[in-house]
Amino acid sequence: MNEDVWLVVPLYNEATVIADVVRRAREVFPHVVCVDDGSADDSARLAAQAGAVVVRHPVNLGQGAALQTGFEYALSVPDMRWVVTFDADGQHQVEDVVAMLDLARTEGLDVVFGSRFLDDRTDAGLLKRAVLRMAVAYTNLTTRTKLTDAHNGLRLLSRDVVSRLQITQNRMAHASELVSQIGALDVRYAESPVHVLYTDYSRSKGQSLWNAVNILAELILR
Amino acid sequence: MKILLIQIVLIAVVVAVVARLFRSRGARAQAIRRLGLILFAGFAVVSILIPDVWNRIAHLVGVGRGTDMVLYALVVAFLSFTVTTYLRFRDLETRYTKLARRLALDEVRGDRPLPDDGDEPPAEDPPSPR
Repeated sequence: MNEDVWLVVPLYNEATVIADVVRRAREVFPHVVCVDDGSADDSARLAAQAGAVVVRHPVNLGQGAALQTGFEYALSVPDMRWVVTFDADGQHQVEDVVAMLDLARTEGLDVVFGSRFLDDRTDAGLLKRAVLRMAVAYTNLTTRTKLTDAHNGLRLLSRDVVSRLQITQNRMAHASELVSQIGALDVRYAESPVHVLYTDYSRSKGQSLWNAVNILAELILR
Repeated sequence: MKILLIQIVLIAVVVAVVARLFRSRGARAQAIRRLGLILFAGFAVVSILIPDVWNRIAHLVGVGRGTDMVLYALVVAFLSFTVTTYLRFRDLETRYTKLARRLALDEVRGDRPLPDDGDEPPAEDPPSPR
């Protein structure tokens, strides 16, 4: 059923959760490629044991670089029609991906962005919500898109779109870069509500809000 | 407030340096940098032989002393160095990323055998006895 879907999972030091995340995803989507971004722990081996293809960066390059590597791997699979970018820390729900795929297939879309702000399932803190809102406002202002959530790691991309993307922002600014490149492509896109599960684990690993400053700097000084 | 010539010059240079961040780099920029370096060296020799030249320049642009003028020039030079270095590191990082990505993809496609125990970073060469 989902033989033509590849989940691209950037992986960096997630040994405690990655095996579960891969196993649960593979119940619905058999093809998972984890891009191990130079993890110091056992993440790569555990992901491979759970049945994912593991591409290993020889050194740590950053999440944006890992996504691009995953895209290039997925493009080398001839049957691939869809790529899903999926986080390794267990924040994302497989059911949301199913809903996004249904939406794309029935409405003939090229891109579906996950959004935390289309329903009230996601419980983000007040400050985080405010910073994310500002990020969205900035992204909508600087790209030709209208979105409600710009820095959500859950996205569905068609093969055509993936083949035309080129992420050069190695670190955190890649999310905005991706939106801006898709905005410039003139393809059909939509948003779909997703539930981002903030657990204590993901909170402890999650980006600090200070990163908003870094992202802005990386975008301006490109 | 009276605006001195030096203030205009310094602001112009700072703006020019920042503008370089947004402009494309190429052979021309490199040539200009090299010419600038030669001029800089030539001027260094002149100012060693005739130290008073700094004072004269300073008076010309409205700065009190030649030493202040040297300080201003240094600040501007440092800013420009910082920007140039930043841009260079970005270019370098782009190439390095492509190299690492190529390696990673080749490895997984089996063009190159996986290391037996990939969890460990490659061992350093044992220190040679001396």
